[in-house]
Amino acid sequence: MKLALALSALVIALLMASLSLGYAPLSLSAVLGGVLGAGDPLHVMVMQEIRLPRTALAALVGAALGLSGAAMQGYLRNPLAEPGLIGVSGSAALGAVIALQTGLSAAFALALPLMALLFALGAVALILLLAGPRGGSLTLILAGIAVSALAGALTSLALNLSSNPYATFEIVFWMMGSVADRSLTHLALAAPLVALGGAVLLTLGRGLDALTLGEDGAQALGVSMTALRLKLLFGTAAAVGAATAVAGAVGFVGLVVPHLLRPLCGARPSRLLWASALGGAAMLLTADIAVRLILPERDLKLGVVMALIGAPLFLHLIYKTRRGG
Amino acid sequence: MRASKLLPLAAALSFGIGAAAADGAGPARVVSLNVCTDQLALLLAAPGQLVSVSPLGHDPRSSAMAEEAAALPANAAHAEEIVLLEPDLVLAGTYTARAAVDMLERLGYRVARFAPANSIEDARQNILQMGALLGREPEAETLLARFDNRLAALRDVPETRPLVAYYLPFNETAGVQSLTGEILDTAGMANISEARGLPYGGRLPLEELVLAQPDLILVGQPYDSPSQATALLQHPVLRATGALREIPDGQNWICGTPFLLDAVEAMRELRRDWEAAQ
Repeated sequence: MKLALALSALVIALLMASLSLGYAPLSLSAVLGGVLGAGDPLHVMVMQEIRLPRTALAALVGAALGLSGAAMQGYLRNPLAEPGLIGVSGSAALGAVIALQTGLSAAFALALPLMALLFALGAVALILLLAGPRGGSLTLILAGIAVSALAGALTSLALNLSSNPYATFEIVFWMMGSVADRSLTHLALAAPLVALGGAVLLTLGRGLDALTLGEDGAQALGVSMTALRLKLLFGTAAAVGAATAVAGAVGFVGLVVPHLLRPLCGARPSRLLWASALGGAAMLLTADIAVRLILPERDLKLGVVMALIGAPLFLHLIYKTRRGG
Repeated sequence: MRASKLLPLAAALSFGIGAAAADGAGPARVVSLNVCTDQLALLLAAPGQLVSVSPLGHDPRSSAMAEEAAALPANAAHAEEIVLLEPDLVLAGTYTARAAVDMLERLGYRVARFAPANSIEDARQNILQMGALLGREPEAETLLARFDNRLAALRDVPETRPLVAYYLPFNETAGVQSLTGEILDTAGMANISEARGLPYGGRLPLEELVLAQPDLILVGQPYDSPSQATALLQHPVLRATGALREIPDGQNWICGTPFLLDAVEAMRELRRDWEAAQ
């Protein structure tokens, strides 16, 4: 309970900080009034159309990635399972780029997150199939490298083929992620699917707790492994897919956040799920604030900040895994 | 150098010869690698003198003379391909396919490089330079005189100038010291980058743009396929300002050719409409 309160307070504080921080200085009253739709119409426009979508998307994407990471790690019982590292985010980005470049998303707006979901689903299914129920680290990481490389190459290809000369510049966006200048339209596209996927993942708590006793133990407790696997597949694909479709592939959130929170959750996957959702939101909001504070005049990508934090931790985890066996 | 001396002869033998070569004044076979030299050459060359244009020269989004260029084959600016066209003169932009252009020079071909026009004066000089290169000086003088007359007629000095932001992909805004800036100035508009201390243009975050409350926000037309850099120009907040205007004739703004005066005229109309609505 204490953890929930602390994390919620942190997220709220970071939401406020993110809203107050912008390229142009606005007073706190202008910020609050603007968000609520009161006061100077100019400030209302800036707050509601520019800063609010950015802040809300950072929190939403962070929550989706943190939660998915915690769920996958709980299911595979492997702390290295992370949507970005195992190629789920990269595949979702490929799906989104295909939806955009083929004109599918122009004809039918929801095609953007749905295509991302479909490709993410393919990647999760492939990884689960290859890694097997125990999720051996080597297979997991190698499969992840292969899937990521293929998805990245096809994303670049699709963007290079575009008739829009600016399209090739966004390869970095799809690989590193950003919430800069996203609009309420993007938020509306992603939020429902992220919420749906997140809700499915949050129901996995009991099953994942039981799974810590091993598969036989879990089945003895009445947990259906098939149902668990299907829910994990769909939940992760929906949350990561929709988030990636509007913000690109942000890596390492699902790795760093569960790792930091695991000791505070008493190693119970069910607690780690919602804690990682809140923690992921806090982490990405922090990264987005850092992006704007470090180099405000450049469009620094979220993935840069996340990799600076996440990559050393990843190496540390590999070292620990290797020592352990 | 030997190759370039032989080439006109070879061209004459194998193809019969165009009017220009018969005059003996200018190069007989001219190949253009850049969308701006495409248009200047099309305006000034003798029939048959220009034999190939750049691929962008066929694109009505980029070239104001795409229709006129349609009859000429496009080249992708590969050195090999250009050599096979047996040119007497290659027209390139300063930054066009540098590796290929350098190689053509090493092989002894005559190459003329045109710097991008950053002002109306640059555009005037480009017209004269192209005329001299093609051996068409009288045509260039006539074109320039028409250009100057029309420019003088279009220049407007209104009492109040609307504050205008020409907003570009990647949150960039056009500077005062640019061809775009001079088009806006000639049409009687005040450029937002002047007030913000960005003489050469630069990054203007969406938020700052909206808070600066420009009277008009000008953006180019969307491309057929999407990209984030250009999707920024369709951000809902730009429409919400009520100042957003889409420029339908982007091709007139790109090059230092007489077509830039069409852009000036369109902007003058836009400014007058804005004045009338005040």
